[in-house]
Amino acid sequence: MAVPPVSTPSSGFSRLVRWIDYRLPVFSLLEHELVVYPTPKNLNYWWNFGSLAGITLVIMIVTGVVLAMHYTPNADLAFDSVERIMRDVNYGWMLRYIHATGASMFFAIVYIHLFRGLYYGSYKYPRELLWILGVVILVLMIATAFMGYVLPWGQMSYWAATVITNLFSAIPLVGNKIVTLLWGGFTVSNPTLTRFFSLHYLLPFVIVAVVGLHLLALHQHGSNNPLGIDHRGPQDTIPFHPYYTIKDSFGLCVALLVLAFFVFYAPNFLLAADNYIPANPMVTPNHIVPEWYLLPYYAILRSITFDFLGIPSKLLGVLLSLGSLIILFFVPWLDTSRVRSAGFRPVYRWVSWILVIDVIALGYVGSQPPAGFVVTLGQIATFYYYLHFLVLMPLIGKIERPRPLPISIGTAVLEATGRLGTARPAERH
Amino acid sequence: MRQPVLGLLFAVLLGCAFCGIANAQEEAPAPPHQQWSFEGVFGTYDRAEMQRGFQVYKEVCSACHPVKHLYYRDLEELGYTEDQVKGIAAQTQVTDGPNDQGEMFQRPARPSDRIPGPFPNDQAARAANNGALPPDLSLIAKAREGGPDYVYAILTGYKDPPAGVKLNPNMYYNEYFAGHQIAMPPPLTQADQVKYADGTSATVPQMAHDVVSFLSWAAEPNLDERHRIGFKVILFLIIATGVFYAAKRKIWARVH
Repeated sequence: MAVPPVSTPSSGFSRLVRWIDYRLPVFSLLEHELVVYPTPKNLNYWWNFGSLAGITLVIMIVTGVVLAMHYTPNADLAFDSVERIMRDVNYGWMLRYIHATGASMFFAIVYIHLFRGLYYGSYKYPRELLWILGVVILVLMIATAFMGYVLPWGQMSYWAATVITNLFSAIPLVGNKIVTLLWGGFTVSNPTLTRFFSLHYLLPFVIVAVVGLHLLALHQHGSNNPLGIDHRGPQDTIPFHPYYTIKDSFGLCVALLVLAFFVFYAPNFLLAADNYIPANPMVTPNHIVPEWYLLPYYAILRSITFDFLGIPSKLLGVLLSLGSLIILFFVPWLDTSRVRSAGFRPVYRWVSWILVIDVIALGYVGSQPPAGFVVTLGQIATFYYYLHFLVLMPLIGKIERPRPLPISIGTAVLEATGRLGTARPAERH
Repeated sequence: MRQPVLGLLFAVLLGCAFCGIANAQEEAPAPPHQQWSFEGVFGTYDRAEMQRGFQVYKEVCSACHPVKHLYYRDLEELGYTEDQVKGIAAQTQVTDGPNDQGEMFQRPARPSDRIPGPFPNDQAARAANNGALPPDLSLIAKAREGGPDYVYAILTGYKDPPAGVKLNPNMYYNEYFAGHQIAMPPPLTQADQVKYADGTSATVPQMAHDVVSFLSWAAEPNLDERHRIGFKVILFLIIATGVFYAAKRKIWARVH
């Protein structure tokens, strides 16, 4: 397919559009990036989650902006203003439940998207910066979600804010100063709430900017694909529209169905009951548990129950918890295999699924009171998490013998559908 | 690409296995499940039940517990007419002002007023209740693990303490309360504690069930509307999903 240069308005445009496009080439840009954009023809449904994450971000921003019109960021009024939204604002309950449940959906989608990248080696040359920008988005999302969770100023909001901000006190020398700065005082209080509200409104737009860079990097070399081999020409690709616009629309409908089920029939399933009790600095909840999407980091944090090499356990826990995210930045260089897709890597394929189990185990550990068996499991799972990235990933790339790769996407697709008349790939290899 | 799906299933199953181990370690007895009219996809609040529940709240609970997120006008949702709500509101005196003399004054409550609580502040509430603070009830059905089942279990869970358990002064034994010692005296103690206008026999389980229904509405007043809209939204999305899937199949037929 011949792709027109960006500055040439397509002949299909009307005169008005051509007039604008000659001066401000937004229409050519959209056509180039969303219509003719050549996309591998063999993307499976795991590739739906990128655009799905983008749409969820828009849903979160739209509902969030409207909620902010009715919310009062003040320690004495915040809880009641949320209840006011739930009871007296027209469809306020729907906005809030979409926003609260949407946060969970956003993380679920992004975690699947991230794992898809890990499994199919989407971080490998030449997509290292694309991957790194994705991890930046994840870090920003975690910060945004944490601060958003504080805003209803319920018991769990207050105590999560206390526990998490206190972690910074583990930093040697400047830790306590940083905590005071975060709090805007000497305890979690009104100044903490107002600055969290301000940042919670700011960061999503920073995420939008990084998403823009993420897309720019993506469109530079195009999408990876389940075979992990580069596309070599027009026979390997199809235009984004209508093939992937329709596929993404279908995926979006399914995701909205899941969201609608939770919003309308189980809106409080993912919310903590304690957060319907107004924040009370004098009463600590029995179990302070973060939202499910932060449980693995929380589990790593609490798994370090011992000092190591003179590093206090608290600091080490904080470092390892943060490190579990930071290590993702280095994945493009930790993986030594040249083969992108785990589908052709007999050992790594299973190891990457064990990582999923490991992270689920960490999530479970994070949700339980830290005692007995749970602590041991947390330590094993934390150890394995680091073992995966620091040892298994570099080592397997060196010793594993990958299966032979197909010659091109086009032939692989034709073989899979049996039109080439040759043996099926599984028999040939 | 069938392998990733299999792998995912495998991972989820193992995850579930871990959670199974977890549930074996529960401590406090889980509140038994009760039947509620508002459960399920088509669940709605039962107006008659909620009116009885409001009566129980008014005559029993409201002696100590506020419902501070509720306004008198909200009571129309229980099935009362506008005039009935005006009448209910007018039974209570509220403080208004300052007037043009700069003084606060008492007047009968109006539908636009919040339902006032029994105490002017938390300190007064504690002073009247041996130091314990009766919690606000407008969100109680959502603010406890177990929700309505838990509130019902507390209301009906008072027992004589088992042998060997020594209660602290002014505490009562309750099977479902964490630590079993609760500062709230048994609120529903005998049948016919309230006299229902609709002739329903006011047994303790009946009163508890009614008041929990009322409190569930107080915590989530938009549930009926939520269920109604949700049904339409999901129906629409199912159809849209089908249409998009068919379109996707048709368009992709050109590639395969």
